[in-house]
Parts: sequence; structure tokens; C-alpha cells
Amino acid sequence: MNPELVVFFFLAALLIGFSLLVILVRNPVHSALALVAALFMMAIFFLRLSAPMVAALQVLVYAGAVMVLFLFVIMLLNPANIEPKARLWWAGVGAACALFVLALVGRFLTGAGASPASGASLGPGFGSPQALAQSLFGDFVLPFEIASIVLLVAIIGAVALARRGTP
Amino acid sequence: MMIPVHYYLVLAAVIFAIGVAGVILRRNLIVVLMSIELMLNAVNLTFVAFARAHGQMEGQVIVFFVMTVAAAEAVVGLAIVIALSRHRRTLDPEQMHLLRG
Repeated sequence: MNPELVVFFFLAALLIGFSLLVILVRNPVHSALALVAALFMMAIFFLRLSAPMVAALQVLVYAGAVMVLFLFVIMLLNPANIEPKARLWWAGVGAACALFVLALVGRFLTGAGASPASGASLGPGFGSPQALAQSLFGDFVLPFEIASIVLLVAIIGAVALARRGTP
Repeated sequence: MMIPVHYYLVLAAVIFAIGVAGVILRRNLIVVLMSIELMLNAVNLTFVAFARAHGQMEGQVIVFFVMTVAAAEAVVGLAIVIALSRHRRTLDPEQMHLLRG
């Protein structure tokens, strides 16, 4: 077994473990911290797939901004100790659904066994901020503008929804 | 030797399935939203893996847009959770059955 595979399996085991912690831990604060760890693991995978810019965005946006937002809301609502225990048969339903999704996706993946080798030759600067920006502000400039509108609407919507004493 | 692309796809499928289980199992709306973030991240992983496999930048650009939409979704979702918990004093999605017939 070559070292690259060993590293992959090690990181994959960590990622799956942290993801399981997110849904199994009872305290939502612990859930949030496990999610931060899982998102960091994901960023490491992005780095290994020669996407350094995406990895940096992942850490900044997800592990930074979004998770701080989650923790603020947990602090605001203080929901600790009130989650009722999941019923056992309901846990079975959840596990069955997860296995079903896994089987469905896995069926397609093994069907796509003829996918190209992951070692396509890369041009210079693949995944660099320059290449990403050239693609983003060239071919994808219209979706970029639409994304800015989506963010604006989200900001206004969040302020309107969460304001105290809405009419 | 490069790691074959379907290793990454299977890993992403496992993470996605964990997210699905979280959405169904947990009875805390905040953790449900976290599980949705987990699912979105699994999809991001497939995009980046395919971008690497084909040597094309477009997959990484799509990840940028997915992150934007995920951030917007988290913001609006958490605002709705705050408004709901002010009204109903609970975060249990099973208590939110006002529209049940």
C-alpha cells in the first residue's frame, strides 16, 4: 500500500468520524465544534486535490463565518438540555434512509467505473486565485452578479425575519 | 500514483448519507441545518474531485457558487429558527405542525 493511499484513508476516517460526531452528539455546541473539525478536514482534501483557493475559502467562509453564526444562534437561544431523545424506530428509519441514499449513489459510482483517471495533466497555475478569478469574472460573470443579489436578498431577509417585534 | 477519483466520490457519498441521517434523526432545528451544511460540503467534494480529474477549473468555480448559496441558506434558515423559537419556545421540528390538516 503506497503512502498516498494511507494518508487518504487516514484523512477520510477522520472526516467520517467528525461527521458522525455532528449528528450523534447531544449537545448542539459540541455538534458545531465537530462540524468545524469536519469542514477543516474537507479543506485539507481540497488542498490535496490542487484547489488551494477553494480550501482557503472553505476555511474562511465555512469554518469561520458560517460556524460563528451557528454558535451565536446557539448562544442566543440556549437550546441545551431540551432535545428529547430520538425514538428507537425513528433512528432505524433514519439509518435506513441513509443506507438507501448510499446504495443509490454507490450504484451510480460503481457504474461509472470507466471515469477518467484522476491524473489529468494540469496546466500551470491550476486552482490558483488567478485562474479561478479569470474563470469567475470571464465566463461566469453573470452567475457572479446573480450570487451577489442572492446574498443581498439573504441579508435583508435575515434582518427582517429576526428583528424583534415584527408586525 | 494518483488516488482514483471514485475513492473521493464514495467518500462524498458517505458524508452525504450521514447528512441525510442527521436531517431525519435530530430533533433540534439548528443541528438539522448543520446536517444540511454537511450535505452541501459533500457535493463540493465531488465537484473538486471531478475538476481535478478532468483538469478543468469550472468545477472549482461551481464550488464558489455553492458556498455562496450555502451561506445565504444558513443566514435565512437561522433567522427563521430564531423567529420560530420566539413564537413556539421550542426547537423541535415535530412541534411545528400548525399546517397539519
